[in-house]
Amino acid sequence: MDTKRLIIVAVGGQGNLLASSVLGEAALVAGVPVRMSEIHGMAQRGGVVESAIVFGEAKSTIIADGEADVLLGFEPSETLRALNKCHAGTVVITNTAPLPPFTVAIGKGVYPDLDQLQDLIQSKTERLIALDAVALAKEAGNVLAVNMVLLGSLIQIGILPFSADDVKTAMQNKTKKAFLASNLKAFDLGYQAAAG
Amino acid sequence: MHKLLKQDIGEKMMLLGNEAIARGAIEAGLAFAATYPGTPSSELSLNLFQISQESDLYFEYSTNEKVALEVAAAAANSGVRSMAIMKHVGVNVAADALMTLAYVGVTGGMVVLSADDPFMFSSQNEQDNRYYAKLSGLPMMEPSSVEEAKEMVAKAFEVSEALNEPVILRTTTRINHSTAPVTLGEIKPRVTQGIFEKDPFSKVTVPAVSRNLHVKLLENIDKAKALAEKSEYNFIEGTGSGGIICNGVSYNYVADAVKDLNAAKNIKILRIGFSYPLPEQMIKNFLKDCDQVLIVEEGEPYMEEAVKAFAQEAGLMLPINGKKKDLFSRLYEYNPGIVRQNIATYFGIDSTPAAIPDMSDVPDVPMRPPNLCAGCSHRATFYAVKKAAEGLDTIYPTDIGCYTLGFLPPLSMADFLICMGSSVGTSCGFSKVNTNKVVSFIGDSTFFHSGIPGLVNAVFNNHNFTLVILDNGTTAMTGHQPHPGVNMDDFNLKDYKQVSIEKLVRAIGVEHVTLVKPYKVKKSIQAIKEALEYQGVSVIISEEMCTLYAKGLKRLKQRPFYISDKCTNHRECVNELACPAFFIEGTKVNIDADQCVGCAICAQICPENAILPVKAKA
Repeated sequence: MDTKRLIIVAVGGQGNLLASSVLGEAALVAGVPVRMSEIHGMAQRGGVVESAIVFGEAKSTIIADGEADVLLGFEPSETLRALNKCHAGTVVITNTAPLPPFTVAIGKGVYPDLDQLQDLIQSKTERLIALDAVALAKEAGNVLAVNMVLLGSLIQIGILPFSADDVKTAMQNKTKKAFLASNLKAFDLGYQAAAG
Repeated sequence: MHKLLKQDIGEKMMLLGNEAIARGAIEAGLAFAATYPGTPSSELSLNLFQISQESDLYFEYSTNEKVALEVAAAAANSGVRSMAIMKHVGVNVAADALMTLAYVGVTGGMVVLSADDPFMFSSQNEQDNRYYAKLSGLPMMEPSSVEEAKEMVAKAFEVSEALNEPVILRTTTRINHSTAPVTLGEIKPRVTQGIFEKDPFSKVTVPAVSRNLHVKLLENIDKAKALAEKSEYNFIEGTGSGGIICNGVSYNYVADAVKDLNAAKNIKILRIGFSYPLPEQMIKNFLKDCDQVLIVEEGEPYMEEAVKAFAQEAGLMLPINGKKKDLFSRLYEYNPGIVRQNIATYFGIDSTPAAIPDMSDVPDVPMRPPNLCAGCSHRATFYAVKKAAEGLDTIYPTDIGCYTLGFLPPLSMADFLICMGSSVGTSCGFSKVNTNKVVSFIGDSTFFHSGIPGLVNAVFNNHNFTLVILDNGTTAMTGHQPHPGVNMDDFNLKDYKQVSIEKLVRAIGVEHVTLVKPYKVKKSIQAIKEALEYQGVSVIISEEMCTLYAKGLKRLKQRPFYISDKCTNHRECVNELACPAFFIEGTKVNIDADQCVGCAICAQICPENAILPVKAKA
């Protein structure tokens, strides 16, 4: 099996670690070798959370710059910041709903223009899928299900070596029962959005 | 039941490195554990804390790492399998106990876990704790993966009991915080009660005893070396005249690189997992079979120096390199890309580095540093001290905890920090040789950890500064662990006492003690002003529960505020407090009602009284 390398970037509180844990569980369900590592960066205090997940036969749990096959960004400026993880063949999926850092509010930085951000990512990678995951999560009935929307998009592109059903099984094991229905709906909406 | 107590032998579970180590310890019959929380080791302790609440495992959060090591050492000297868990810099705190425990040894198995943090993801330095093994003479083991970490704990206990001395298990962040499938093994029964057999002539380290104990320690190093020579954790892979010696996570990057470069027939790998004492003969034999050798190890040239010495003894002249300009660095952590490129360069293999996109036309993305939470009481205290100290030339020594984030603008309330507890000790020195007013900050847990001796020193030597103890009722930074000032009823746990910071400070002899509630801005500023004017040691205890913790305990009554039409855009709120609940919409400041907890600090400092409770609006 080819090794596939996935980077997920998010802001603390967006549910990146749960998404990673669902993917890890899905790989386990599907019998795919998987290893991952996470850097929290004081997640609960508004920092960046980065997960690296390596599927297939490899021992490393981290991914060097220029070596991600897929970049999944939960926040558009964070997707742009992580562009150095990509190469010309990388597929990028990003949420388009911004969460500007407080440095912008105190005048210590300018939030990038969202159209320019998409053009830049598009021009430097194989493919960009951009969707308003917050709107889709709300549509699914749970604004916190942004992570599940993006997982849906991630599975739709078909690069990872397991199926939507494997992920749904993992969601049943890993997410709270009370949210399962809205999570599954969010996943489907994200899947459809990526299918276009 | 706790997931790490599952009896399903052979089942595969996705476990975080720290969970895998906890499971490994439980499988090995760990009966006693003590720690002071510190990233990247915190989840290991948290899991053991949880397990102790539903089993006969004894676990405690000790006041600091030295105490934790002593507590565990006593259990191990009574024949009970014990563990002391700490981050790398915690071993500095425990080092005094560790060095002589190495002389005394143990009767039950003891593992000292040192979680190192290359790149300093959450630490003040990236010291390489492998040198503690060399310094103490204690055996050391280092896993390369999550699965191996679990297995290695049991092995470390066996080695400890074979040699009657503690074993250091050294991890790095990328072990502790990686996740992988782990196969569950059998859980050995715990032996929780021990017998301490008196033997003062080998356990009371007066000089005459220690002279004998040092002889025993040196003999033990020879025995440990024999174990290292045949350890399954030191192994050779591949064939060829090129050689790589590596350890820990570097092994993963090396193995992946050798595979990617199709070099398994030209380069053989010696992976060192039992790394003190090093398997000298095994390394010499490996060197004899090689034309050139590359050492791949994050951190210091710990193996490189030893391997070069072995080569000299064996009369071998082959090139041995590792840390060198244009090769490996002593800085930060490695990654698969760095390792692959260096292997290719060193052994003359064609390889194209990964093509990173051209970032020259990408605009600067605004930084997203971690920030004090919305409603954090530390922000309120920093603001009040800043206002109270207006007009004074100040020096602000700070300490280790969430409040270290107060160093960021616009609060900018931190001038000096070296280690846990240093706020108090350094205040003594600063106030003696500077005319500035010294005001230092320390959290409640850090105060218990190592602030108290500094304060006793300050009172005795009659120093002149103000210490602000930020008491938010928990060890917030590492995930809300308890400390001696915490009411354990919050954890639904009985049989604990609570130590009052105020009584302690007064008992030390501090004559000017002020309690403030930082959400009351004017009152706090006034009280702090008085404390700052006091000549001598004054202490301010700023009491307000951590907002995140209060949320977790469901004690937070969130009543958000909003910015009304009265706002004329002074922006004192945003510019002085930088609370993450603020955001700018067009030119106007707004408050995110989901984030705002209603601390009302901004409402109290707004010059137009434009910030009002949402409830009142309705």
